[in-house]
Amino acid sequence: MSLPDPSFFLIQSLNGLTYAMFLFLIASGLSLIFGVLRILNFAHGSLYMLGAYFTQQFVSLFIDAPGHFWWAVILASLTVALIGVVIERFFLRHLYTREELYQLLFTYALVLILSDFAKIIWGTGQFSVSRPAILKGAVSILDQYFPKYNIVIILLGPCIAFTFWFIILRTRWGRKIRAAALDREMLGSLGVNVSRLFTVVFFIGAWMAGLGGALVSPVSAIVPGMDVEIIINAFIVVVIGGLGSFWGTFLGSLIVGQVYALGILAFPKLSLAFIYVLMALVLILRPWGLLGRRLQR
Amino acid sequence: MSKENWFLIPFILLILLIPVSGSRFYVFLGTDILIFGLFAVSLNLLLGYTGLVSFGQAAYFGIGAYTCALLMKKASIVFPVAFVASAVFGAIAALIIGFFCVRLTKIYFAMLTLAFSQIVWAIAFKWNSLTGGDNGIIGVSFPQYLDSPTRFYYFTLGVVVCSFYILRKLINSPFGRMLTTIRENPERTEFIGINVRQFQLIAFMISGFFSAIAGALFGIFNHSIFPDFIFWTQSAEVLIMTLLGGMYSFFGPVVGAAVLLYLRMQVTSYTQYWPLILGTILTLLLFFFPGGIVGFLKSRLIFAKGSEDVNR
Repeated sequence: MSLPDPSFFLIQSLNGLTYAMFLFLIASGLSLIFGVLRILNFAHGSLYMLGAYFTQQFVSLFIDAPGHFWWAVILASLTVALIGVVIERFFLRHLYTREELYQLLFTYALVLILSDFAKIIWGTGQFSVSRPAILKGAVSILDQYFPKYNIVIILLGPCIAFTFWFIILRTRWGRKIRAAALDREMLGSLGVNVSRLFTVVFFIGAWMAGLGGALVSPVSAIVPGMDVEIIINAFIVVVIGGLGSFWGTFLGSLIVGQVYALGILAFPKLSLAFIYVLMALVLILRPWGLLGRRLQR
Repeated sequence: MSKENWFLIPFILLILLIPVSGSRFYVFLGTDILIFGLFAVSLNLLLGYTGLVSFGQAAYFGIGAYTCALLMKKASIVFPVAFVASAVFGAIAALIIGFFCVRLTKIYFAMLTLAFSQIVWAIAFKWNSLTGGDNGIIGVSFPQYLDSPTRFYYFTLGVVVCSFYILRKLINSPFGRMLTTIRENPERTEFIGINVRQFQLIAFMISGFFSAIAGALFGIFNHSIFPDFIFWTQSAEVLIMTLLGGMYSFFGPVVGAAVLLYLRMQVTSYTQYWPLILGTILTLLLFFFPGGIVGFLKSRLIFAKGSEDVNR
């Protein structure tokens, strides 16, 4: 195998970084929900898919308005967040005391229902959203072209990560969320409305997933099945980084993104299996993940 | 116990007489149900009896299917040998994978079984020269003496009945009781000097063995094998079957498989939105009938008996 051009490697690595930022948006919501609610949400990929479909819908509705893409992104992600609230308030809430199996299978039932919901509304065809006007085109990096939109995504990822980190570490709500992750009964007896807190956490998690789906719509085709594909990758990310660990999720996204982008160049046949091997290895050697906290219970 | 057996008699007659009806449709459906019934019962050895949520049982099903088909097609090994070999392969794979999985608990156990089954899936999906990749293996040739739906039905019935007999003996043995003890409280079982992991590992291996048998049967029944058999959604589906029927009774998963496959057959002829219906059924089940169909019927029977006693 002849070694490809280094600049090609760089571009491929940047592509991996773009993918990592989408993964991070989804996986951090997943990780947040697991950290606080102790529920592994299979439907998180479905929320991501809905985010993409709603964006496409809103873009085609407001096609004449200035900045319609950004409005669509905001509206779509908020709609998804509201769907998340409905799911938490009316269904998930009643399963908190049940065994994990019931919670897992309920979120899987949601995967089935939401995927058909999308098919009923938008059909099985493929949609795409065009990039916002100012971000069309590409910049040249070492004689290779890289889309402007992807650069914005790469910059946006750490911004959102930082905002979250700030909220979780520096605000009152963040302190409550961290406390709920450690001991929800104690927090409740201290007078915090834990049930409302859970709804807020699910709202934020679903909103992140919706945002991921909304932002991915210009670079990836919107098709049925994108839910099942992303959720496994998001699982891999949170497992590698550590379930419930924020920076772990960030690191996990970067690793998975690079493995996909560069692994496909080096070992096209093995990269798919390699990512699962990595997941299994982390679970065997450090079940709490690279940056996670060791769980006592 | 004996009461349960009385209930079974009409079912046994029905199962034996399906091919007599002469309907190809019911013979196919019956074979399908028997195979997935075995798959679900083998999963339930882990889920209902040992308390381990395996989210990657499709791995052993797929290994069974691929091993049997590849041995026959590529190595020209006769069917009986390939069939037994596929079960042994399934058990060996489960032994290796289980060795790592039983070291974890709860959600981590589920995630690791999922990771391993996805590794198996990725191999089947990408190793084109051996497995045919995405296109799978089409046209699995199988022996002349099984080349009719009715014959294959009776063959499947024989295999499944033998497997159920062995599994039931196992569950009612001291070994099986120990598994239930582990399910109820692994820590305490550990304290009384039982090697919990070893028991879990053996259960995992047996479960893999019978899942592989189900997979081998399905590969032949289906005439072709695809990587989709191993994808994680297949593992989820067999979990649903188990839960739908009821995971705290031996034949519950078979009932679940029967109901789910029959419904799917009926619903898909009317609408393409089967997942929507399955999701709704699953939601209703989880919220209102957590014991599954068999669990629900049993609790009704207990109530009926109770009220009879009161009347007397």
